Amino acid sequence: MATPILRWCCPGRRWVFAGIGSVSRHGRGVPTGSTSSGKRGQSSVAQQPLITAQKPRKGEREWAAVVGLEIHAQIASNSKLFSGSQVDFAAPPNSLVSFFDASLPGTLPVLNRRCVEAAVMTGLALDCHINRRSLFDRKHYFYADLPAGYQITQQRLPIAVNGSLVYSVCVGKRQSQMVTKTAGVKQIQLEQDSGKSLHDSLRSQTLVDLNRAGVGLLEVVLEPDMSCGEEAAAAIRELQLILQALGTSQANMAEGQLRVDANISVHNPGEPLGVRTEVKNLNSARFLAKAIDYEIQRQINELENGGKILNETRSFDYKLGCTVPMRDKEGKQDYRFMPEPNLPPLLLYDSGSLPTGTDPQQVINIDQLREQLPELPRVTREKLVQQYGMLPEHSFALLNEVGLLEFFQNVIKETRAEPKKVTSWVLNTFLGFLKQQNLAVSESPVTPSALAELLDLLDRKAISSSAAKQVFQELWRSKGKTPAQIVAEKKLELMQDAEVLEQLCRSTLEAHPQVVTDVKKGNPRAINKLIGLVRRATLGRADPTVIKEVLERQLSS
Amino acid sequence: MGTRAVCLGLRALAGGCRGFTSKADPQGSRRVTAELIEHLERLALVDFGSQEAVARLERAIAFADRLRAVDTDRVEPKESVLEDRCLYLRSDNVVEGNCAEELQNSHRGVKEYFVAPAGNISWPKLDEKEPFSHR
Repeated sequence: MATPILRWCCPGRRWVFAGIGSVSRHGRGVPTGSTSSGKRGQSSVAQQPLITAQKPRKGEREWAAVVGLEIHAQIASNSKLFSGSQVDFAAPPNSLVSFFDASLPGTLPVLNRRCVEAAVMTGLALDCHINRRSLFDRKHYFYADLPAGYQITQQRLPIAVNGSLVYSVCVGKRQSQMVTKTAGVKQIQLEQDSGKSLHDSLRSQTLVDLNRAGVGLLEVVLEPDMSCGEEAAAAIRELQLILQALGTSQANMAEGQLRVDANISVHNPGEPLGVRTEVKNLNSARFLAKAIDYEIQRQINELENGGKILNETRSFDYKLGCTVPMRDKEGKQDYRFMPEPNLPPLLLYDSGSLPTGTDPQQVINIDQLREQLPELPRVTREKLVQQYGMLPEHSFALLNEVGLLEFFQNVIKETRAEPKKVTSWVLNTFLGFLKQQNLAVSESPVTPSALAELLDLLDRKAISSSAAKQVFQELWRSKGKTPAQIVAEKKLELMQDAEVLEQLCRSTLEAHPQVVTDVKKGNPRAINKLIGLVRRATLGRADPTVIKEVLERQLSS
Repeated sequence: MGTRAVCLGLRALAGGCRGFTSKADPQGSRRVTAELIEHLERLALVDFGSQEAVARLERAIAFADRLRAVDTDRVEPKESVLEDRCLYLRSDNVVEGNCAEELQNSHRGVKEYFVAPAGNISWPKLDEKEPFSHR
């Protein structure tokens, strides 16, 4: 293979990329880009990032990390997966619980059509094969928030399999280049959520709220194709955007609508995969990458000190910033999977196989759902790049903030300014102000129309760009005023009378003969002094580039 | 869960437990080891309690074993007896959810929560259990 190329992956860490050719992957599923199949796409950098420990010693082995993810996304539906109770995050405890949810005898599950559609749409968006026939199973374990003693899931034959999630990570010295990567989607399955339990150690009891019990979940299993926290975080982010674009889940991690478990192992390149640990409780977008990187480093440290990695479940402690073993579960869990006897197989159809004479409400047509799929984030970004000539990083930034894309498009609609100018103003100035005051786009005091008007003034050269920034600041502070009003109030208009400018320039030149001599001698900085003088004379109402033009013309004559 | 479900569960465990025969052996020793009993008791929170109960279990397995007499070559296994039924799809409407009101007669209610014992279901340690002789 080619000689190894060293590249930095995650800044601030001793993470190292090297071109090492194919890495042997025993029994862990699909390898990363070292074998290229058309579907997977090829990352433009070498395949496997390697990690060195914090203080590299002589003769040290290199490490490669393998990260797989299991994501649970709450389906955005009105009612639960198998019952007609409402789905609501913030309701009083136990106010959304039906007899079935409480697992009372004599109740039976009835499948929610919307949840099936959500699963199919998500499968289609992730390029999965949709199983025309899928099955439900029971997964047994005892816990206070699982009243039935089992969870209905799809273990043997899930609704969708074999897809891929395409995402991008920032590389390069200034994090400015975007590289495309792919993580395989092993499967997507429908399953029930459990209730919530609060531990009251004072009175030695557990308080159970079953509002969440029975809510539909999409479990998305990603193949272990990621190799560091940053890649995992980027993949999760893209999945979030896809789910939100589809409307199948709001995927808000803070509200528990998106929960992530990571399976992490390390090994030396060329050798078999290491023992993996499962890290649970990764419920914050901010700490996801940190937690995974911590665990990778912990495993490396452990192995380099001659220790062993236990196949255990760990939890991420946000306060301590480290992973800790979870309460031991008395050996390996045996879930005693069995078919759900109360649910026949789930059958899905396409346009070619629709059964005749059946109630359309009872039939789900995959082709119809495919046609109705909303535009995916990846496509939206490509269109932005094509249409407005912006850099891919900008398209990512526009989609990364709720409402920002819409804001941008509204400004574009109303202004004559160039798209590149609009992009720059929206992503730098506008977004900068939002972030500084921790506001959402919807809370912005500046409307798209106001910004559009401001950019028109700039485009017409009615004001200078520094004046424009001043106007923007004023717009932000005082609602209700239009840019034109502010310009008039603060007298920020650019001087339109060329004759006045010519006069001012001439008088400035006359008043400062030494500087003029300096310029004529060839001192390049002298002209800036003159420009500054003229600017002051015009009270900042002249465009510096125009001043320079006039001065240069006058000096050369 | 009835006998049938327990037997299905046992068959799933067949691969992993010593003392339990594989499908290849048509006779079957029908011996259920102490290890397996303990494992089952822990998983299903049942108490076999006596030798008689274990014997009953073994007889139940033997009864189910008679299925082997049926020739199932080239027959696709079914998942359930409901396979040819249509899975009914419910519209996504809210129609229920108030069961808690009717159940709040539980005398140990705390505010609006259901109350359960602390932690998970506890299981007496091995030496604390009352022993009964396993074969």
